[in-house]
Amino acid sequence: MGYSRELLANLYRTMVRIRFCEESLVKPILKGEIICPCHLYSGQEAVAAGICESLNEKDYVFGTHRSHGHFLAMGGAMRDLLAEIFTRETGCSRGRGGSMHLIDPGKGIMGAAPIVAGTISLAMGAALASNLRGEKRVAVSFFGDGAAGEGVLYECLNFAALKKLPLVFVCENNFYSTHMPIQECRVNGDIYKIAEPFSVKSSKVDGNDVLKVYEAGKEAIEFCRKGEGPVFLECKTYRFRGHVGPDDNIQGTHTDIRPREEVESWLKKDPITRFEKYLLENNLLSEKLLDGIKKEISDEVEESIEFAKNSPYPEAKELTRYVYK
Amino acid sequence: MSINRKLQYSLAINEALHQMMAVNDSVFLMGQGVKSPWYVGNTARGLLEKFGNGRVIDTPVSENSITGAGVGAAIAGMRPIIVHPRMDFMLYAMDPIINEAANWYYMNGGRVSVPVVIWGIINRGGEQAAQHSQALHSIFSHVPGLKVVMPSTPYDAKGLMIAAIEDDNPVVFIDDRWLYGIEDFVPEEIYIVEIGKGIIRKEGSDITLVSISFMAHQALEAANRLAEENIHVEVIDLRSAKPIDTEIIIDSLKKTGFLVVLDGGWKTCGFSSEVAAIVAEKGYQYLRGPIRRITLPDCPAPASSVLEKAYYPNSDNIVANIKSYLENFHR
Repeated sequence: MGYSRELLANLYRTMVRIRFCEESLVKPILKGEIICPCHLYSGQEAVAAGICESLNEKDYVFGTHRSHGHFLAMGGAMRDLLAEIFTRETGCSRGRGGSMHLIDPGKGIMGAAPIVAGTISLAMGAALASNLRGEKRVAVSFFGDGAAGEGVLYECLNFAALKKLPLVFVCENNFYSTHMPIQECRVNGDIYKIAEPFSVKSSKVDGNDVLKVYEAGKEAIEFCRKGEGPVFLECKTYRFRGHVGPDDNIQGTHTDIRPREEVESWLKKDPITRFEKYLLENNLLSEKLLDGIKKEISDEVEESIEFAKNSPYPEAKELTRYVYK
Repeated sequence: MSINRKLQYSLAINEALHQMMAVNDSVFLMGQGVKSPWYVGNTARGLLEKFGNGRVIDTPVSENSITGAGVGAAIAGMRPIIVHPRMDFMLYAMDPIINEAANWYYMNGGRVSVPVVIWGIINRGGEQAAQHSQALHSIFSHVPGLKVVMPSTPYDAKGLMIAAIEDDNPVVFIDDRWLYGIEDFVPEEIYIVEIGKGIIRKEGSDITLVSISFMAHQALEAANRLAEENIHVEVIDLRSAKPIDTEIIIDSLKKTGFLVVLDGGWKTCGFSSEVAAIVAEKGYQYLRGPIRRITLPDCPAPASSVLEKAYYPNSDNIVANIKSYLENFHR
């Protein structure tokens, strides 16, 4: 309790910014204007917003195939993101990376990659660099529940613990590793417990409650800044759309993955409507203020989509530029 | 500067590491066995004592994550050297090397480069068999975004290690334990050997013999023996497997017209295939005979010494091979 209005508005703004941006992609994807595969973050906003609120541009964030939310939560420009998704020269990766390769080093967004668990060790290396230079920078590695099936995660837990690295492992457990439900992937669905034998502080958080995530993230990041890292957080959450693209993966549809009742029950736990309700019921922020934020974000989305669509593509003659520096 | 100072190959690497760590705080060494001569010979001698365990980091057996950490540290502005005392184990680190390090600069539109050195030691012979003997330079040479260097002399070992550390791209530095005892002149100061530049080890007019790494010594030995029979072999040590110094090969071919490629790796899709392909594309008009390749057979490394002897090319079979080649094709 006792959150500042500014903090509450920030968390709300970040979540709305991610949601509106993600949902603005649905039509262009369906119309074929966006070709690049998009792994939408809708539904998981509280994780990115809650964690990144305690980071600054000197910290290091590494992401995954589903990192639009991380990019925006770290303060990445929506124009840069959307232009990249439309694979334009003006995108954050100059149209060479697309939706799965988002970067803005000036904002602490060090890169994202779709090889499952592939960036965990990179984040660990950034944490090591921070330690070697005697800095207070913290590295955050975002990854999904699927990454718990990759051996490198366990190597990293061991080494990060051994060297007391300022690294926060953030597992976004959305219960599906692409098409496969978690109970078919592992015997124990509580992924945070994998950190225990490595003596890494770990806990499970309601990933759809932005304040809970914020509290856990803040504590974890502070631990790391004090040299008491690493920390492992498992945020249980749910993606509203499919693994890739806007399809909702409901059983009986052509993608046939998730039970309709399950999806509907999670829609009721929408992190944004939930937070909105909390803010209004407790008279923390006014409806007018929230509406103002939504309007401001709608304008930003509209402007950014226009920017992306009107941006030039990379030139074919520059195909092999950036292979080597 | 001393002109006459000789140094062992492994100590030339050691000197490069000492000097680069002294002049640049961003440089650090990490990998399995960096404090154990059993793993890395004397390449790391004195580093731990001088720079401490913060910058000389011995690690558990976790090639994937440790190499990834090197890549991540490079992304965060460091210049790490990640050592794999047996490059067979480096296969566990293919994801951070290829998916991440090699692609990072390109797939992020040139925003961040990855100045990491991945150092793999070929460690073969002595009946160590298939998983303790492999020379995997061709695999890495295939990948855009990587550079691959393979020094054969103490001078080049120091100069290429320094060049690799100073390079803004990921560089795979591959040496061979069979080279570690070789002694030669090494300048005391910091210098680089340019990545992608080969060198003529012996001039000759009859045939061009292209080689790299340990095989450059076999090539030279064979050339010296053939010289006694009045056969003049031009020996090229490419020093870098990627990028390949095309010019030095073509220029030599203009003179000799005949090409033999000698490699300590496998034949199929290997370093020798690439050299042959380059010549077929860019130098066919200078060829007066077919290209011949002398490589390892497409066969895993055996244990038994008898089989090992048949497996690795040596100057005896190189001499015999070149003589038979010239008898057939030299007019």
